[in-house]
Amino acid sequence: MTKQEALFEYVLRKADDTLILGHRLSEWCGHGPVLEEDIALTNLALDLIGQATELYQYAAEVENKGRNEDDLAFLRLEREYKNVLLVEQTNGDFGKTIVRQFLFDHFQSLLYERLMNSADEQIAAIAEKSIKEVKYHLKHSSEWVIRLGDGTEESHNRVQESVTDLSRYIEELFYQDEVDEILIKEGIAADTASFKEEYYNNINAVLSEATLSLPEKMWQLDGGRKGVHSEHLGFLLAELQYMQRTYPGMEW
Amino acid sequence: MKDLNINELDRKFQEKIDNEIKIEPKDYMPEAYRKTLIRQISQHAHSEIVGQLPEGNWVTRAPNLRRKAVLLAKIQDEAGHGLYLYSAVETLGADREETIDDLHSGKAKYSSIFNYPSLTWADMGMIGWLVDGAAIMNQVPLCRCSYGPYARAMVRVCKEESFHQRQGYEIVTKLATGTPEQKEMAQESLNRWWWPALMMFGPSDADSKHTAQSMKWKIKRHTNDELRQQFVDVTVPQAELIGLKVPDPDLKWNEETGHYEFGEINWNEFWQVVEGYGPCNKERVDARRKAKEDGAWVREAANAYAEKRAKRKAS
Ligand SMILES: [Fe+2]
Ligand SMILES: [Fe+2]
Ligand SMILES: [Fe+2]
Repeated sequence: MTKQEALFEYVLRKADDTLILGHRLSEWCGHGPVLEEDIALTNLALDLIGQATELYQYAAEVENKGRNEDDLAFLRLEREYKNVLLVEQTNGDFGKTIVRQFLFDHFQSLLYERLMNSADEQIAAIAEKSIKEVKYHLKHSSEWVIRLGDGTEESHNRVQESVTDLSRYIEELFYQDEVDEILIKEGIAADTASFKEEYYNNINAVLSEATLSLPEKMWQLDGGRKGVHSEHLGFLLAELQYMQRTYPGMEW
Repeated sequence: MKDLNINELDRKFQEKIDNEIKIEPKDYMPEAYRKTLIRQISQHAHSEIVGQLPEGNWVTRAPNLRRKAVLLAKIQDEAGHGLYLYSAVETLGADREETIDDLHSGKAKYSSIFNYPSLTWADMGMIGWLVDGAAIMNQVPLCRCSYGPYARAMVRVCKEESFHQRQGYEIVTKLATGTPEQKEMAQESLNRWWWPALMMFGPSDADSKHTAQSMKWKIKRHTNDELRQQFVDVTVPQAELIGLKVPDPDLKWNEETGHYEFGEINWNEFWQVVEGYGPCNKERVDARRKAKEDGAWVREAANAYAEKRAKRKAS
């Protein structure tokens, strides 16, 4: 694998994470539990789709095969999407959406803090531009985890169940392979192993304030980075790609 | 105050209105004025919120990244409009959640246009162009409404509505100047939305029960028919410019009056939708009710947590 190929793959993975999570959040639009949260979730969706757009633009540039950001976002096969499994999980109730967001935000925040110093100028610029948004997302999701965890008995039970269910997808956030190895050597990618402990400390601190906890036995799943997804992604893509597939080659 | 009887207060109130002095929340106002405003502003707020739904229907299917982001931002604006308007309702002593319950029980109305389905991507353009366009016609005069908080909310809202109208027209233009399939999609959508858009201005003046009083109170500045005419006059040339045909065989330009003449609205359809039996009335109210019910545990948790926190702070 050349450095260029690794870079394309790396940026694409991050782009897919943000697009798919942004898409999931956008499903809430008009259906939030209170008007203020309807607006907040849409805000998150907008930020993530904005980040995805910049990442896809850069990936397209790195690839240099005449594809643009929309071709990458809308016109690949399911196996070609490289997002982690966590982000494609269905919204469930508001608590599950928040827990999914919380687990992702803490990871993205630590990652982007490091990518701000990437040797790749574009990646550094995107991370720098996005970090403020990510910090806000992190604050929002952490506060809700605390409110729901330490709210009523019902809310506590609901979010604890989501924490337990979604904990299987945490380890995959730290997944690394040849792509990462090549780029870590170049100072382009961040070594996820270097902030894994900090990640667990951070989420555990919030969870304990929320009177919640990770399950004792942590199972783990992966496959997303290789394009082997859960059953949910196909349906998400069927909607996402509907227009581009039905009306090929048109401008909108 | 004691020796001012109610008639005297009412006279002074009307005098302020006649002199274009804004009425503020703490000022004296006749009960009927307050009630009319609560009804109108909460209906307007509900329209913003219910209006999120037909557009929300296409968020996950938007054709490219830019359109997806713009559509999301637009719907988010509408939710924001709902928020300001509910706040304006609260300045009149009404409770936001109670007015929302009236929406869910079918007691409160909202703009009937949102009871039509959004079936194609072109509908996203048509809603922005026609529906937000009609909303602007209705709302620009409301910036001068006699009730201060409503007038001020409208100034902010109108700025955003004109962005909505432009992005809608841009979507439609792109389709109308695109492939034959896209052009067909735009025309078919216009065929479905044109008449419901005209109905947005409400019953004809002869049948409008609130107009006269609302004009006297300067809540309203123009009659329904005046606004509808203005909308037709502005919108028909926009359709022609991009080669779309307004689906009205009676439409013609009248040189003498300087206005378009247009065909008769199907008032049966209008009343059917207003009474709750349009294509999506049930779906829209059900969706809002479901959001509230599904969110009940979240709101309870937030309140319980806030209480616990306050207690911990106090001790
Ligand atoms: Fe609006
Ligand atoms: Fe409006
Ligand atoms: Fe609007």
